[in-house]
Amino acid sequence: MRWIWIDRFVEFESGRRARALKNLTLAEEHLHDHFFGYPIMPNSLITEGLAQTGGILVGEMRNFEEKVILAKIPKITFHFAAKPGDTLTYTAEVESIEDNGALVKATSHVGERLQAEGELMFAHLDESRSVKTLFEPKNFVFTLKLLGVFDVGRGSAAGAIAEPPGLAHLRAASPET
Amino acid sequence: MPSKDEVFDKIRAALVDALGVDEDEVTPNATLTGDLGAESIDFLDIVFRLEKSFDIKIPRGELFPESILTDPQYVADGKFTPAGIEELRKRMPFANLDEFAKNPVAQEFGNLFTVQMIANYVESKVNVEA
Repeated sequence: MRWIWIDRFVEFESGRRARALKNLTLAEEHLHDHFFGYPIMPNSLITEGLAQTGGILVGEMRNFEEKVILAKIPKITFHFAAKPGDTLTYTAEVESIEDNGALVKATSHVGERLQAEGELMFAHLDESRSVKTLFEPKNFVFTLKLLGVFDVGRGSAAGAIAEPPGLAHLRAASPET
Repeated sequence: MPSKDEVFDKIRAALVDALGVDEDEVTPNATLTGDLGAESIDFLDIVFRLEKSFDIKIPRGELFPESILTDPQYVADGKFTPAGIEELRKRMPFANLDEFAKNPVAQEFGNLFTVQMIANYVESKVNVEA
């Protein structure tokens, strides 16, 4: 199982906002395992999807040079359960960012309906911290491509960005990519 | 121009949101870590909320100068040195250091961070009604 809780980015505006989709299907085991006989998407995994949307948005702002980890959820509210067949649209907007971390506002919608809303705080861990490598750079770049970040990404200046500048940094760390 | 009460109300709202505490817990003398349960990431959260609420910029380390703790010139053997106290007075003119200076154990440093200290700091950054 891959720990990817979004299917695709549909909007990515560097430093401001990202929007990603998560489709729910009955084929997903975790829907069945949550409440027997009542398959719904666990709110914890919706939170993870929101955090992945926001985390990639925050990480890209610093060229993916620092690891971005979800450090705190100041608040999150779920308005109804997400069910198989639903497409969740996750939106993350950067509220504040500085060297140590960032605060992101996040929402989940099913169609026009607000399904969840909350705030997520991320901490930056630079290379000087002795943390275990959380992911292989090669896999991370592959995942970003898979998610369509480079297809829909727009830089802070007008115009499209083919790929976030952080890719070069990751490529340097993983030449075979 | 906000009044002191308005400043305090906004600070209280920021702390309620950041720390998940009840309004009545946020008293002037409440310490952020001891009484309100703040952890390290919460300090950044508080800074973000104050910046937004008061439309001010809080430079890193200005309100919560934690980095001072890791400087051997200022903290040795778990206690603040005279130079460390001097540095605290310079960098935290908004904090009440008199009591702390009598027995400046580094472990007690967090108790300087009270709600009133934040209020003093914010009042030094925004014009407050006399």
